[in-house]
Amino acid sequence: MRKLTTPFIVLSAGMLLAAPWIINAAPYESTMGLVQKVFYFHFPSAILFLVAAIVCGVHSARFLFFKNQRADGWAVAAAELGLVFGAITLVTGPLWARKAWGVWWVWDPRLTMSLVLWMIFAAYLMLRQYGGPGSDRLGAGMALFGMANVPFIYVSVNVWRTLHPQTSVVPTLPTDMGIPLWFCFAAFTMMFIALLNVRADLEHKRARLEALYLAEDEA
Amino acid sequence: MSGFFRVAWHVMRKDMTVEVRSREILLTTLFFAVSVVLVFSFAIVREGRAPDDVAAGILWVAISFAGTLAMGRTFERERYNDTLRALILAPADRPAIYVGKLLGLLLLLGLVEIILVPLVGLLFAAPIFSYPLMLSALLVFGTIGFAAVGTLFAAMLVRVRSRDTLLPVLLYPITIPVMIGGVRGTAALFQATPDEPMARFWIGLLVFWDVVFVTLALWTFEPVMTE
Repeated sequence: MRKLTTPFIVLSAGMLLAAPWIINAAPYESTMGLVQKVFYFHFPSAILFLVAAIVCGVHSARFLFFKNQRADGWAVAAAELGLVFGAITLVTGPLWARKAWGVWWVWDPRLTMSLVLWMIFAAYLMLRQYGGPGSDRLGAGMALFGMANVPFIYVSVNVWRTLHPQTSVVPTLPTDMGIPLWFCFAAFTMMFIALLNVRADLEHKRARLEALYLAEDEA
Repeated sequence: MSGFFRVAWHVMRKDMTVEVRSREILLTTLFFAVSVVLVFSFAIVREGRAPDDVAAGILWVAISFAGTLAMGRTFERERYNDTLRALILAPADRPAIYVGKLLGLLLLLGLVEIILVPLVGLLFAAPIFSYPLMLSALLVFGTIGFAAVGTLFAAMLVRVRSRDTLLPVLLYPITIPVMIGGVRGTAALFQATPDEPMARFWIGLLVFWDVVFVTLALWTFEPVMTE
């Protein structure tokens, strides 16, 4: 995975630089016009936001139940990325909603649960920051609860009638809109993987350094 | 299995014995919950009339605030007397200890709610007796969901720095689904034309959340409490 970091960073940076031109070339959506173009960033970041929650939850479970020390570093990295991609989702969403629905925010289940998930990430990171020793295991427990929320977000929109469009609209998009969407999705995903690698690596080094300090204290 | 519930029963009875002798948590929590409701009534009620739909929200805000206070205290007492280690060292299932703590907390919160619900009914003119069974179901399942997470987090936070501030910070985002269910369900019963199917839907959802939260909590309690 680590070998991919540099090429992924270069590639995703290049693709994101090119993204404005590709998005500009896509046709205008008939009813929403220009503001619909925020979708090309909104959708990838929203998906990666959920992916971050799953990655964080799975690694927390590995850390908690299988005592895998390195899994904790991955969980922290995923949580920080979740906070970033969640912030992008929560900022771009209202911009689009204002034009499409006429309001900035509605308490629709999917929106509500995204905000809650973002708050869970923020609380998790606060715990890791201020909790002191022992907070890693507590954080892992917290992340498991956070992950329990994710399928609920996804299912909720299909259970309740809501304003938010069904996820099934994505495969039915016209090709000229599909190309920029999947282009941005690929760029965001590569950036996500590269950042996850870098951050987890840093966290592993930090943990190793801490272990060395402790070993020296005891010696 | 009978051993599991026996341990849970003993843990709960121990907590209740301590509580009956001091009445510390019950009285402070109850007083705090009543003050919260009074503050809301000063802020919101004008000329004896509260705006529609606020009673349910205020009831659940008071329950969650009071619950946080009670959770912090139940484990603070164990830490202060350094009895948590003894509890963990006891040759018993860890999840049984969790269940015992949870039952004790539920009992306390139930007592608080018995005072709180009529108070909200009185101050905000909420029709609390029109659907007693459904309202109790909402209160019971909502409180279980909230307390299940709260007991786990309070237990985990015992050994962590700045636990008093971190408990609400962690607890509220996780329990928002339960709070939404409780508030919306109660509001459906309190509104001018009560919406029974809606309340029943939220009760079902609360039961679902309770199952998820209690299962996860039983599952995580063992590894997080191991030193």
